[in-house]
Amino acid sequence: MRSIIAALRGRHLLLVRNATISLTALVLLTGCMMFARPPQDLDYARTRASVAGLYRATVEPHGDSIPKGKLHRWNLHLETAAGAPVTGAAISIDGGMPQHGHGLPTKPQVTRELGSGDYLVEGMKFNMGGWWVVKFHVAAAAGRDSIAFNLKL
Amino acid sequence: MSTAPTFSRLVARVRDSAGFAVLVCTFASLLGSAVVSTVFARAPRWTPDQRATLRSLSLYSLEPLAADHSNRYADDPRAAALGRELFFDTRLSGDGRVSCASCHQPARDLQDGTALASGVGTTTRRTMPIAGTAHSPWLFWDGRSDSQWSQALGPLESAVEHGGTRTLYAHVVAEHYREQYESVFGKLPSLGGVPRDAGPVANGAWRAAWAKIPPARQDDISRVYANIGKAIAAYERRIEPAPSRFDTYVEAELAGRAHTPADSFSADEEAGLRVFIGKGNCTNCHNGALLTDQHFHNTGVPASRLVIAPDSGRATGVRQAIAGEFNCTSRYSDATADDCDELRFAVAEGDELLRAFKTPSLRGVAERAPYMHAGQFATLEEVVAHYDAAPRAPFGHSELVPLRLSAAERRQLLAFLRTLSAPVVLPDAYVINNR
Repeated sequence: MRSIIAALRGRHLLLVRNATISLTALVLLTGCMMFARPPQDLDYARTRASVAGLYRATVEPHGDSIPKGKLHRWNLHLETAAGAPVTGAAISIDGGMPQHGHGLPTKPQVTRELGSGDYLVEGMKFNMGGWWVVKFHVAAAAGRDSIAFNLKL
Repeated sequence: MSTAPTFSRLVARVRDSAGFAVLVCTFASLLGSAVVSTVFARAPRWTPDQRATLRSLSLYSLEPLAADHSNRYADDPRAAALGRELFFDTRLSGDGRVSCASCHQPARDLQDGTALASGVGTTTRRTMPIAGTAHSPWLFWDGRSDSQWSQALGPLESAVEHGGTRTLYAHVVAEHYREQYESVFGKLPSLGGVPRDAGPVANGAWRAAWAKIPPARQDDISRVYANIGKAIAAYERRIEPAPSRFDTYVEAELAGRAHTPADSFSADEEAGLRVFIGKGNCTNCHNGALLTDQHFHNTGVPASRLVIAPDSGRATGVRQAIAGEFNCTSRYSDATADDCDELRFAVAEGDELLRAFKTPSLRGVAERAPYMHAGQFATLEEVVAHYDAAPRAPFGHSELVPLRLSAAERRQLLAFLRTLSAPVVLPDAYVINNR
């Protein structure tokens, strides 16, 4: 009987030890992932296709480079997969830092349609260096779809 | 017959050329210098990326102060001179004993060295320093003000800070600063029949007295009140951080000049700087020349034992900023709607705002114990231990991850943080010269 209890206790200790090791490994891994370098194969292109392939979008930040910690504007050009400019689209914007688990520090918006598939985006801001993702959610005649851009600041 | 040289001819031609000799010499000298530097000297201190980061953190990369469109008097020296006097005047308080300088003490980097600020009562937050805040789009720990001038007005009507009312302050200006005020802002309104104490404040009797004042007169008084804030901001705007040893160290590093005793770093300080811009993740938030991203973060700081009510930080602050009586879009602001983009594009909801507090500048941090928004940590050692351990937030979600710094790295980080000290210089001479 005593040996059974001892065996059970041993087994229990083993389980606790294994769980502790797994948990530590998980925490370490999560910790490393949170602030690790961005994935090597990220596409930083300024022209990208939407997830379902309905649209192609091009972003052009105003100015020479994307500033850190400053509000600035972007131009967004939107066209269909066939290359026709998309007008009258309803566009919302979100994003953030995938490795930090937080969103954008501001709520950027499309404030004006400029014609020929161009839209003015205001309220862009990035408050720290690293890998950022900015997503445009588009609802237009061709349907709903979204386009994500990767940025390295 | 082929005209192409054979491989052996090609080798001979390369070997005999002058270029080859140069190449061999260069290689030999590089090898030599590498051996020498390995044996006798340390490797180059900073990579090009690190140098760029150092430059971005140094005061020399601080951008010129942008105009404050919401305060057309911001750069008026007469307004600054008035603001300086108002800043130190205890008559601007309910009990005649509290001025801005009671908490923003010139001898203490314009803060008070206590966990919770005390005016006529005790607040629930730590006094923030002033130097460099003109660069900030959001003021207060929760960013409930969007300009220096609207920030200055908050404590004046707070029941636990200055504890006074806007009619009292208008009377004080009319009695003691009439000429100065009118030379900047134009004629003061008549205050005949206006009660000594009335305003939209917590005190019921003073609120009731305010409600009895006709709206047009209320507006006149509120405009005087706004101008008090604008004058104080014109003064505070001139208070900029002074270069620290870190800044001169970076200047020497970037210029490639030898360090003088005044700008050299010890091995610990240099290692600490390396942790600061690397493993410590500090520059995620403490970036730019003021060492703050001017944003709001939940870093799992424990609740204050001195404060009973939970503090939700930015979640409440952003709503107050948007609804603010004296914000950028208000009738008392000199800005056009286009000048108020920070307010216009502010994130107003979401879990990330919960218990998020403003990233403070780290300039002069070693002189500013206790730390955090309610002085929860008595020492900088405790602060570094907190960021290293990354505990769960009391509520909301902490953005931190454990750093696993060694004891040596924590010591080095502290050594580096102490290089950021520099005495704040008040612009007294400037103001006096312009009076």
